[in-house]
Amino acid sequence: MIPENLREDPVASALDDVAVTAKFEFNELTVEIAPENILEALRRIKHQLRFERLSTVTAVDRYPAEPRFEIVYHLQSIAGKQYLRLKARVSGENPEIESAFAVYRAANWYEREVFDLYGVRFLNHPNLTRIMLPDDWVGYPLRKDVPVTGTRY
Amino acid sequence: MSGANDSSALPDGGITTELEVEQDYEQHERDKSGPRSMVLNMGPQHPSTHGVLRLLLELDGETILKAAPDIGYLHTGIEKEFEVKTYQQGVTLTDRIDYLAPLSNNLVYCLAAEKLLGLEIPPLAQWTRVMLAEFTRLNSHLVWLGTHAIDIGAMSVFLYCFREREEILRVFEMFSGQRMMTSYFRIGGLALEPPRGWQKRVKDFVDIFPSRVDEYEELLTSNRIWTGRTKGVGYISLEDMIDLGVTGPMLRAAGLRIDVRKDAPYSSYEKFDFEVPTRTENDVFARYAVRIEEMRQSTKIIRQALEGMPSGSHQADAPGIVLPDREKMKTQMEALIYHFKIVTEGFRVPEGEVYQAIESPRGEVGCYMVSDGTQKPYRVHWRGPSFGNLQAIPKMIEGTLIADVIAGLGSMDFVLGDTDR
Repeated sequence: MIPENLREDPVASALDDVAVTAKFEFNELTVEIAPENILEALRRIKHQLRFERLSTVTAVDRYPAEPRFEIVYHLQSIAGKQYLRLKARVSGENPEIESAFAVYRAANWYEREVFDLYGVRFLNHPNLTRIMLPDDWVGYPLRKDVPVTGTRY
Repeated sequence: MSGANDSSALPDGGITTELEVEQDYEQHERDKSGPRSMVLNMGPQHPSTHGVLRLLLELDGETILKAAPDIGYLHTGIEKEFEVKTYQQGVTLTDRIDYLAPLSNNLVYCLAAEKLLGLEIPPLAQWTRVMLAEFTRLNSHLVWLGTHAIDIGAMSVFLYCFREREEILRVFEMFSGQRMMTSYFRIGGLALEPPRGWQKRVKDFVDIFPSRVDEYEELLTSNRIWTGRTKGVGYISLEDMIDLGVTGPMLRAAGLRIDVRKDAPYSSYEKFDFEVPTRTENDVFARYAVRIEEMRQSTKIIRQALEGMPSGSHQADAPGIVLPDREKMKTQMEALIYHFKIVTEGFRVPEGEVYQAIESPRGEVGCYMVSDGTQKPYRVHWRGPSFGNLQAIPKMIEGTLIADVIAGLGSMDFVLGDTDR
């Protein structure tokens, strides 16, 4: 459900049935999607709303709040000269979400990065391995419960 | 890792994984029958990879069957580091991400923070930012042209390019005191007032530079070896590039007029008159031609900034955020308090999240900043253009000759610091 003030917005209203909530702040539109609907939302955004580019995928750790991780997608419509932010919240217990690779191939490395640094698993990703850190690394350094200094944690 | 997937279920993604190449190699080792391919490790210290990129190439003779890039050798955890630095301290980290375009990175970071703070930047600071950002583009393109030409075998172009680059670094030094890690743009404006006499140095440069670009073109554009190595090489379709996350001159060389400076103007770019050059051939030569033309356009922007530079303050009127004038700090109580507060604990930034994109020399650089209302960013994500561009490598070079890999990689103009962060 999107709030009343965004009913007029063509992008937000097209995502009404998959959206949890939406906001328009700092001139930027953010639509929050339930994680199970993310692929449907991305498909609609790409094919129906013509957002050709997936600019980046990243995550924000809201530790110790639950659901812990926000997966954040930035999309751009080249023709419409417009940006859009999608967000899906996944739990810290079992951080899993469907991979966006099936819709945007650019998601490949960005999702590997999120997996590498946050430990969020992307289902049906073609090659979900560490990208920045060595393959035998233990832990996920960008999580908020990992300290910045110190040799062990 | 729980990442093992059934590779037969893969959509045709134009992506090759390191594992796939390694498995092929083992298979060939086990049963010696059939056509034998060779696995070649290119990098991480190969000179044409400009930094530490490792490419796993599976070859049949000189033809590349599969290619898998391996990155991460320069990962320094900069995104984590942002979270323990105050907003103003974070500026210094941005220089080190893409070390060939420090001022573009300063700019996108400052713009993101200023968006959260709702700061209005005075015209003098905005115009100086535009001018120096264009100098950064020239600097980066010159390093690219020089090294790209060396890779392909034209040694002397490098020397010409670095002659002009030296002049640009002197301009940076004059403004900020630093040649490379400038940190000249700060949240709220500029670090220092523009130095006395900068106009002359900039004018000398813009007067001479167009003729220098002609010199590079004389050396390369109609050079038969150069055209032979670059024309028709490194093709990748526009649809693939957009879908794989490529931005910047690569897209413009494929005929798409995309430029953040025009599409979503920032820092008063809308007041400048310049063209966005495009080509349609979509090969290494087209990318070279686009960047050469961009150099001319950047010179045009610098000249406009030089001639129309507004007067006024170099910092926003925001006492709690911008450090007070030295004289005021010594004579006024409030200024002293602000100074003390800013230096010891920084300033608070209202809660919220923004994504700011600008056109760096390599493409779209984006800064996603999340604030929780404290003095330090809750999260800063850096969308480096090199990271997106590098994803397209397998698609571009698979099926081509190994000599074309060098030309193709060079035409992407990536910086590994930007890729790995």
